[in-house]
Amino acid sequence: MIRQSDRKRSEIRTYVTGYVLALLLSAAAFAAVRWQHATPTSAFAVVLALALAQMVVHFRYFLHISLQRSARDDLQLVLFSAVIAGLMVAGTLVILFDLKARMS
Amino acid sequence: MTDGILPAVLGRFEWQSLPFVRAWEHPNASEIVGAGAGAVVIIGAILVAALITRLGKWRYLWSEWFTSVDHKKIGIMYIVLAFVMLSRALIEGVLMRMQQATAVNSPGFIAPDHFAQLFSTHGTIMIFFMAMPFLTGLINYVMPLQIGSRDVAFPVLNSVSLWLTAAAAALVMASLVVGRFSTGGWSGYPPYTELAFSPGVGTDYWIWAVTLGSVGSTLTGINFAVTIYKMRCAGMRLMRMPLFVWTALCTSILMIFAMPPLTVATALLALDRYLDFHFFTNDLGGNMMNYANLFWLFGHPEVYILILPAFGVFSEVVSTFSSKQLYGYTSLVIATAVITVLSFTVWVHHFFTMGQAADINAAFGIATMAIGVPTGVKIYDWIWTMFLGRVRFTVPMLFSLAFMMTFVLGGFTGILLAFPPLDYLAHNTLFLVAHFHNMLIPGLLYGMLAGYHYWFPKAFGFRLDEKWGRISFGCWVLGFYLAFMPLYVLGASGMARRTQAVFEPSFRPWLYVAGIGALLLAGALASLFVQLWVSVRDRKANRVFAGDPWDGRGLEWSISAPPPEYNFAVLPQVNSRHPFHDGKRQDDPYAPPRAYEDITLPRNSMTGPAIGILAAAAAFGLVWHMWWLAIIGALAISAVVIARSFARDVEHTISADEVQRTEQRWLRAAANAAPIPRELEMTSANQGLAEVSA
Amino acid sequence: MSADEVRQAGLELGRNDLLTHEQAGSAIFGFWVFLMSDAVIFALLFATYGVMLPATVGGPTPADEYKLVPTLIETVLLLTSSFTFGLASVAMKHGASRRQLLGWLGVTLILGIGFLGMELHDFMIMFSDGAVPSRSGYLSSFFALVPLHGLHVFFGSVWIVVMMVQVLTFGLDARVKVNLQRLGLFWHFLDVVWIAIFSVVYLQGMIQ
Ligand code: HEM
Ligand SMILES: [Cu+2]
Repeated sequence: MIRQSDRKRSEIRTYVTGYVLALLLSAAAFAAVRWQHATPTSAFAVVLALALAQMVVHFRYFLHISLQRSARDDLQLVLFSAVIAGLMVAGTLVILFDLKARMS
Repeated sequence: MTDGILPAVLGRFEWQSLPFVRAWEHPNASEIVGAGAGAVVIIGAILVAALITRLGKWRYLWSEWFTSVDHKKIGIMYIVLAFVMLSRALIEGVLMRMQQATAVNSPGFIAPDHFAQLFSTHGTIMIFFMAMPFLTGLINYVMPLQIGSRDVAFPVLNSVSLWLTAAAAALVMASLVVGRFSTGGWSGYPPYTELAFSPGVGTDYWIWAVTLGSVGSTLTGINFAVTIYKMRCAGMRLMRMPLFVWTALCTSILMIFAMPPLTVATALLALDRYLDFHFFTNDLGGNMMNYANLFWLFGHPEVYILILPAFGVFSEVVSTFSSKQLYGYTSLVIATAVITVLSFTVWVHHFFTMGQAADINAAFGIATMAIGVPTGVKIYDWIWTMFLGRVRFTVPMLFSLAFMMTFVLGGFTGILLAFPPLDYLAHNTLFLVAHFHNMLIPGLLYGMLAGYHYWFPKAFGFRLDEKWGRISFGCWVLGFYLAFMPLYVLGASGMARRTQAVFEPSFRPWLYVAGIGALLLAGALASLFVQLWVSVRDRKANRVFAGDPWDGRGLEWSISAPPPEYNFAVLPQVNSRHPFHDGKRQDDPYAPPRAYEDITLPRNSMTGPAIGILAAAAAFGLVWHMWWLAIIGALAISAVVIARSFARDVEHTISADEVQRTEQRWLRAAANAAPIPRELEMTSANQGLAEVSA
Repeated sequence: MSADEVRQAGLELGRNDLLTHEQAGSAIFGFWVFLMSDAVIFALLFATYGVMLPATVGGPTPADEYKLVPTLIETVLLLTSSFTFGLASVAMKHGASRRQLLGWLGVTLILGIGFLGMELHDFMIMFSDGAVPSRSGYLSSFFALVPLHGLHVFFGSVWIVVMMVQVLTFGLDARVKVNLQRLGLFWHFLDVVWIAIFSVVYLQGMIQ
């Protein structure tokens, strides 16, 4: 019984950690735009980096994807999907912006 | 008809939407062909319905087939669908060849608009409603048997996918009877398919048929991938899976990731057409080049979705009919996996001419050529498999051989087209049409037909007629060469694809040859039907109930033919790559297990057919702007899904006694059958028990 | 890849449950695969948005239309709803009372509806500014991407209601547990998409 309630507490702690981190990272991104000091490009880079970090937080603390064996299948699936989606998005942007540049 | 009840109910339907009315008003050859096709659909449907009623088989069909969630029955229904659609699309191909042959400096007998519908439906059907159902059906039937499973991971979802595909196919058929189909080709490029240039119902039929089909395929891909990942029997490690299972897995992965781009492309086009968005329009910032990009993000992986399962079939067939294990199993697996990943990196080769920078084209051209390497590896592996083997020239083996030679030719022309400057010359000509038929007919159709001949005895318990199989094979091969080799010449001489009329007299002889080839291909299909008829008629003489007519190597041959509903009385345990082949040689594979147990299987469900019918209705409503129908259909689908989630009594149990009785019947038959040596396997002496030589 | 290894956090099935661990494992894994397929759809809509961003053709621009504070509030609502769903999962897993589970699901639902309400309000304001999808390629791509996420939240909300009813009718049987588990993945996944939306769409649009 004790172990059960211990586990419960640690799971709740996981969600609390995730929630707090997520809030902080979102707040940082919004702040970087609200009080923008950097150039647009670097501001956007900061926002993107924070978004990436926050996604990792969500996968880790809410979706329970981790490096443990138990989630290995899911992790591989997510990484493979990320590669394919990244390929499609990057390809689309490169090709269509190239076409746009060549038309103007 | 500006306001009132009727337009609200009927949407944009008018009497002229019916081909019969059109043919009555303008009785020319083209309209009459159209009306004839519509009549064939209606009369065919009535005849089939009357026949079923006459035989009193409605209840049987509904409860044993339509609502079934058994992967074997679903697989068979997919393949029936594929044959029906193949018949229509092939006839359309022949019509197009006839038109071009008669249209040299003359109008021919098919009007331009009608011709455009022909190539659009032909391409759409061949890809989405012939090829996809065929390979999905084959995987459905065979893969669970090969991995030693009783079903797929999500049996009800499997039925939903089937009925979504069937609904989509029905929509294409409906376009023959009400309205017309798209004239935008199988790729449906905007801006031509935008409202401004194609205001009618045709493009909408195309959009919703393709969308339903792609959703069905995505779900199928998920289902198969999870099945292969999670439901293999004990001891079936990844590197012990039959090659067909590997190709099924890779095809499923492609479906999961490559169907979404198609869904996005058609959905955005639909938003443009229905809600006045501007994704691909000429005005207000639309960018039709993004459509080409999205479509081919799907389109190229799609050709590997089509071809990989055929590669799997050839691997099984070549190994079985050479009585040798597959040469280079590992290299075949690696080649398949490499093709899967590379196929996401080459899509630009379908629009080299769109105007992007030369270095982008060069990169994609090189990637395209790279795909040739793993494919070449495979061809060598198959050749080495046959080397010094005990090769028997059965029909599936003949198809495999024809595939190897013909496919290599197509591969060569593919490498040519992968070279961007050369593609600028051949783009949009019949050279390309020749190339992709040269890939798809051997690389898809021959593969599916080989699989059909190879596994038919497993599914139905009797062999297909060998003589008619050979006749059909001869017609497919000869017909193919006659019909498509001339197109290389025509294309290289500059004849554009999708042309309704020809103004160059020197093309005439080539078009004649191609026309004769097309007629032969029609004969090939007809012989397949004759073969089916003859085989059913003579089925008593050709039974292979014991289940192993070809001295097979995989688990699918270790059970009766046809297999029992539960596939395996006891889930198998394997410890090699050829469990049944080795099992036959090590101990008695027909020894009864120590004890039988109750087997629990999913119960039939109306969910699949219900969703299919409602989806067809909703899509029809969208096509015809009958908004009430679309809304009711969509809401009803949600209701069905929610209702299904409340169902609890979803399984039924087959008692151990019944399992025992079924198994004993089979084991007795196997014990009484005469073992068949390989030379006699094509004769009636074959009762499905292989003579085992060490 | 045995049944044991695939067991998910939160999936504690009893002995007499209808589903075996293996089936439950497939059910969850299958849903993951579905989500990834869905993710590709979103990825392509993001790419399309990126391509069409310059196509404002003299109409409203991102800087005209996006507002920081509502976006921030929506973000907080959605993040909090993910947290409360997490608490519902914990309640389900550790056999807390049905009231507690339903309570957390209810809070999640209210937060979800709050998010949808605010988002609709944003859209109405955009519409009244003339920022409608038929105005430009840029607005078309905005209205394909962001409302699609909203639509997902809407379906998720309906799903929460369905699951609440099922908890009441069936209690926590194996299928209810698996489906709650899938719903959880769905809900958390929508957060991930929203992160991309507020970063790539809204914040990028407001950077000067
Ligand atoms: C078996 C006999 C077949 C015949 C006689 C045939 C004939 C034709 C003809 C005449 C065309 C139009 C060429 C043009 O644009 O001028 C065509 C196009 C096409 N065919 Fe076939 N074909 C056959 C089989 C197949 C198969 C098996 C597939 C695919 C699995 C296929 C897929 C296509 C596609 C995608 C197009 C392009 C449609 C478009 O232009 O949008 N065909 N075929
Ligand atoms: Cu390609």
